[in-house]
Amino acid sequence: MTLYDILFYLFAVITIASAFVVVTTKNVIYSGFSLLLTFFGVAGIYVLLGADFLAIVQIMVYVGGILILILFGVMLTNKITDVDIRTGTIHLLPAAVGVGILFGALISVMVWTDWKSEPVELPVTTTYTIGRELLTNYVLIFVLLGLLLLVVLIGAASIARRDKE
Amino acid sequence: MYEYFYELTGNTILSTLIVAIFPLLNVLIVALIGVYLERKVSARIQDRIGPNRTGPFGLFQTIADFVKMLQKEDATAKDIDSKLYNIAPVLVFTGSFAVYAAIPFSSKLIGSEVEVGLFYVIAISSLVVGGILMAGWASNNKYSLLGAMRSAAQIISYEIPTAIIVLSIVMITGTLSLDKISNMQTAYFWNWNILGGAEFGLTKFLLIPFMIVGFIIIFISTLAEVNRTPFDIPEAESELVAGYFTEYCGMKWAMFMLSEYGNMFAVSAIVSILFFGGYHSPIGYLGNSLGIEWLIPFEQAFWFLAKGWTFILIQIWLRWTLPRLRVDQLMSLCWKYLIPYAFVNLIVIGIILLL
Repeated sequence: MTLYDILFYLFAVITIASAFVVVTTKNVIYSGFSLLLTFFGVAGIYVLLGADFLAIVQIMVYVGGILILILFGVMLTNKITDVDIRTGTIHLLPAAVGVGILFGALISVMVWTDWKSEPVELPVTTTYTIGRELLTNYVLIFVLLGLLLLVVLIGAASIARRDKE
Repeated sequence: MYEYFYELTGNTILSTLIVAIFPLLNVLIVALIGVYLERKVSARIQDRIGPNRTGPFGLFQTIADFVKMLQKEDATAKDIDSKLYNIAPVLVFTGSFAVYAAIPFSSKLIGSEVEVGLFYVIAISSLVVGGILMAGWASNNKYSLLGAMRSAAQIISYEIPTAIIVLSIVMITGTLSLDKISNMQTAYFWNWNILGGAEFGLTKFLLIPFMIVGFIIIFISTLAEVNRTPFDIPEAESELVAGYFTEYCGMKWAMFMLSEYGNMFAVSAIVSILFFGGYHSPIGYLGNSLGIEWLIPFEQAFWFLAKGWTFILIQIWLRWTLPRLRVDQLMSLCWKYLIPYAFVNLIVIGIILLL
């Protein structure tokens, strides 16, 4: 077991354990904050896979943006924080069947995929490749996504605007 | 530095830990001297004397304070959420200390020469926001919660102008690595980015005014990101007691203070790397002219710390000179002035670079 393996299992345990807390805890705030650990663990696994840029984007967008937004929403919404959410088990049979099918599908994909395995080497940065691909092969999607975000931004601003009387 | 300790100990984990001690020491020293300076400078500005009883010129005042802090009873309110309450100071300090992993102190003392260093620094500091919200929530106190809300809103708003200015620097340098950005501004001070970068030509002179505007914007917004006056409404004493750390005392309170001073030095370091040549000397190296190779990294560390401390002094000076802004003024400053100016700056720099 190398250092690399130990780190991988550390991040994997962090991700899974905190994700478990997210769905089982009865307190909304607790699930919000354990989501922070989940995102962090996923970012760590990205780093171990050599996807440095993606890992930072993960932290930037999810921890710095979405999570803070969720926490804001929870804290600013009156009387939502003290409500116990139902985390008990209901509809046990359909849920078991659904989860079982999904699990089987994932396992079969894992087993039957022809994984490309390469010797371990020091990961090089992916920033330049991502940038070049985004502005050449995927430029249309990139620009469309930018337009979509702009539209969303304008929409959000116009909803939040105070009406003039 | 890392290689040296690796040869000495032959263990990657051990040598990493040793190298990680230096930024920690730096944060502690910044907090010790920073608090002392803050008191002395504020006293000078307000025509007082400041601390003068403990040691010569009151030099040991902060050390005495620290000893007092260590032995304080950990008094907590009854209705706090004790799990989150105890994690929050650690999370805040983690966020502000994690920034140091990518900051080059000199050419030999860099935690990690990651290619995405600049991006990492901006991203990882968002952990601080999470910690602040956690502290405000767990304290179960409306002043704390309000302070945490204000602080989080302020930090994420002012991240936008910072990121846009950082983007314009990345356009000029073509890299996200903090070490490479510093190395592009080597040799003399006219190669600094604030004076248009190292490339001599028409572009350099056209860039100068826009770089100065960029520096002013990023300095204001980093000031707001570390919650310093004139942007310290999260801890506005007159309305919110002490903001998100009202309910904290002893060492937990000290961790918030430590991370505040750590943040102050970190943003100063980043501004000096982006615009003022990072660890490079403005006037050439003594080691080069004397022919002493090993002196250069020490000189670089000296220049880096000197630049960082200059900005800390400016931050302290501003704190005791300007009154604080109101919440709505703060937000309109960010969204209605800084962000549009930063965008125009970005576009103009892009056009100049295309020339």
